[in-house]
Amino acid sequence: MSTLSLIGQILFAGLAIGGVYTLVALGIVLIYRATNVVNFAQGDFTMLGAYVLFALSNGEKINFFVAFLLALVVMAVLGLLFELGVYYPLRNRSFLPVVIATIGASIMFQNGALAIFGPMPQKVRPVIYASGNGGITLGGVFFDYQYIVILVVTLALVLLQYLFFEYTVLGKKMQATSQDKDMARMLGIPVSIMIALTYIYSTVIGGLSGMLVAPIFFVTHKMGVMLGLKAFAATICGGFGDVRGAILGGLALGVIESFGAAFISTVYKDAFSLLLLLLFLLIRPQGIFGEKVAEKA
Amino acid sequence: MSILKKNSSSTTNIGFNPSVSYLAFAVGVIIVILLPLIFTSRYTVNLIILASAVGISTLGLTVLLGYTGLVSLGHAVFYGIGAYGIALGTTRWGLNWWIALILSMAFVALIGLILGITTLKVSGHYLAVVTICVQIIFTLIATNWKAVTGGPDGISGIHRPEFIVSLSTSRNFEWFCLAVLLVAVTFVWNLKDRPLGRAMRAVRENELAAQVLGVDTLKIKVVAFILSAVFGGLGGAIYASGSLYISPDAFTFDQSVQFLAMCLTGGTESAIGSMLGAWLLYFLPEWLRQLKNIYLVVYGCIIIFVIVFIPEGLWGFVNLLYRKLAKPRPIPVSKQPLSLDIPETDIVLQVENLGKYFGGLKALDGVDFIVKRGEVHALIGPNGSGKSTLINVVSGVYSPTFGNVKFLGKEVTGMRPCAVAQMGLSRTFQNLRLFNTLTVYENVLVASQRSGGSIEEVHERAIAAIEFVGLREKVHEQCKNLPYGHQKLVELARALAGRPKLLLLDEPAAGLNQTEKQDLVELLKKLNAMGLTMVLIEHDMSLVAQISNQATVLNFGKKISEGTMEHVLQDPVVVEAYIGKKEVALGA
Repeated sequence: MSTLSLIGQILFAGLAIGGVYTLVALGIVLIYRATNVVNFAQGDFTMLGAYVLFALSNGEKINFFVAFLLALVVMAVLGLLFELGVYYPLRNRSFLPVVIATIGASIMFQNGALAIFGPMPQKVRPVIYASGNGGITLGGVFFDYQYIVILVVTLALVLLQYLFFEYTVLGKKMQATSQDKDMARMLGIPVSIMIALTYIYSTVIGGLSGMLVAPIFFVTHKMGVMLGLKAFAATICGGFGDVRGAILGGLALGVIESFGAAFISTVYKDAFSLLLLLLFLLIRPQGIFGEKVAEKA
Repeated sequence: MSILKKNSSSTTNIGFNPSVSYLAFAVGVIIVILLPLIFTSRYTVNLIILASAVGISTLGLTVLLGYTGLVSLGHAVFYGIGAYGIALGTTRWGLNWWIALILSMAFVALIGLILGITTLKVSGHYLAVVTICVQIIFTLIATNWKAVTGGPDGISGIHRPEFIVSLSTSRNFEWFCLAVLLVAVTFVWNLKDRPLGRAMRAVRENELAAQVLGVDTLKIKVVAFILSAVFGGLGGAIYASGSLYISPDAFTFDQSVQFLAMCLTGGTESAIGSMLGAWLLYFLPEWLRQLKNIYLVVYGCIIIFVIVFIPEGLWGFVNLLYRKLAKPRPIPVSKQPLSLDIPETDIVLQVENLGKYFGGLKALDGVDFIVKRGEVHALIGPNGSGKSTLINVVSGVYSPTFGNVKFLGKEVTGMRPCAVAQMGLSRTFQNLRLFNTLTVYENVLVASQRSGGSIEEVHERAIAAIEFVGLREKVHEQCKNLPYGHQKLVELARALAGRPKLLLLDEPAAGLNQTEKQDLVELLKKLNAMGLTMVLIEHDMSLVAQISNQATVLNFGKKISEGTMEHVLQDPVVVEAYIGKKEVALGA
């Protein structure tokens, strides 16, 4: 394999994993913008999505794609429950109790999954079931179908989300809610419903990213921890609360990690993104797109 | 977070009185002596040793999270460093246990120091993320750096210390662990009402207000992190010697979360509560054996349940009961009335060509401004004219874009707010910034402790300031429960307790009713008569006219007029700034 195709290979894998980080990061950003809550359980939504898909599609009793859609519906319900159980009772408290409650939820989800599915890693089939090696080779670079699916879904979702927020009334209402709840309420926007919708949507894309990444990684109760953290890293590097930042940060992180693993160390692969995150936090906490906000005295 | 009165075992004589605290300590000693004699099975002895280790470690979070309000999700890193320090020191490097302990404590304190310094840059959920990163990196190193940590296999054959007698038997070591736990609890419990602990709680409640009252908030946060690290490490050291074997999976993110859960369940702000929380959650899985598989699910539920329904933790109930049974002690009457420091220089404050730009917005654009000793200098101008910005720059909250500020003849431009405050500059805020869950007394104490002196002097000053504003009856009330007018007075008392040489008042009368305004005028007149120099921002001109003898008028960040009140109020430039040109006003 030539150096160029090797680099292409690593870049492609990095972008695909970055796509997953982006999806998780988008969930974090949307919830943060709507409610000022940093959701530490967002990573676990990927794990839940993957397990739900596993449970539904295992044994092939139902068609895989039906199972896929059903899993998304289950995630939506979970999102609503999460909003009602964790965010809603604490909506008027400071950031700390809410953060801790989301951590509590995260522990509950992980260990609930452990209790139900056991410690054995599970495997989920890829979306495109092709014979052969499950991909195509172009110019010396092997394109895994699942990776292609991840990238396509990420791009499509980002585009759809943009169109939704910019060109639909519901999207505008949700934006208004995230910018100024009191004003939105006075204009007759049902703020609680908008917030619930935000949670539902974020949970669904969290779950979706888990379902997409499941065939690549094994499904374990811990799979969401690193995914969630890296998504955080992505959002912070891009500028917290900024959708562009989440997208760019996610993709960049995937690529950096992919190259780091290939050329520096596989064992400490996870440490790169965290070190990068630490650097950003300490040197430019507002991220690439963010602006520094001074406290008004 | 707390709705209840604070406890105290120190000289403040509020809340729990000293005799109750001594009694509690005596009960603690008896429990420490008896526990090992009652529960003698090998299994229970080990459990108690490990529970003590966890308890000591959790106390670190009491200081960090409970007192200082900083969230750490990497507490197991400190725990792990302490444990690995003892393990490596006693097995690989053949050190005496105590030497190994001192070295590990020094190292863990260093890590705490570094994490503490990061709070300069990050706070809130960012800090939580930083601590998680450190946690994950620690786990990666502990698992993969086999040459030192032994990798996933860990380290075995860890020694136990000698302390007068050999502690190698489990029961002796159990006594030792319990005694350390008791000392640690007592220390953290007492810290709360010491100046350091009070400053920590002030930082938690309102960092900016703490700063302008002279609290070096960065130092306080760093100290909190170091203490937290040392307690975490000490717990880890005892854990390592207790279990005689360690491996990386005892120091993972899960363990960090468990520490957090323990602290929350017991009550973050109470040492005894946190310790009991640690024991409760440590023994819970033992009691709920049938839940062994899902006990972490239960853990998660407990965290959410506690956060939603009992934010004060279990200790909140004990506090509630105690409050029912005992009234807080009244504070003594002050021996002498409020005394103030008179500055030595004639010119108290001198602002030269001061500018502050926010991006393209010129909030201040070359302002000159002098305040002489004994003046009540009014700073007036329409909304957005830069008055509050001027006060913020002078008190060090903002650093200026250009120009300089001299206070008492010394250059203070760009100095930190706490340093300026230490020199004798006090200020109040336009929107109230009180330490809401602290009592009136504690609020004022935070300010009065900045100018030093013995504990008696600090308390004496605080009482005098509270009496001066007439809030004697409310000393033990939590500030958030006071009516607005009283809250404004607490802010004034707090500003006065730090022996100010110059007092900056940012709209002190805003939101007050007519009677309250008149009372305020009397107080300010009295202060001026006592020699206090003041700068007053206020929109109520009749109030300003009653107390001010000098005025400076700002508009769009520039000075447009100055002189006596009569002079500036008739200055056509000022009239124009407020109501527009005469012709326009008359409709011509």
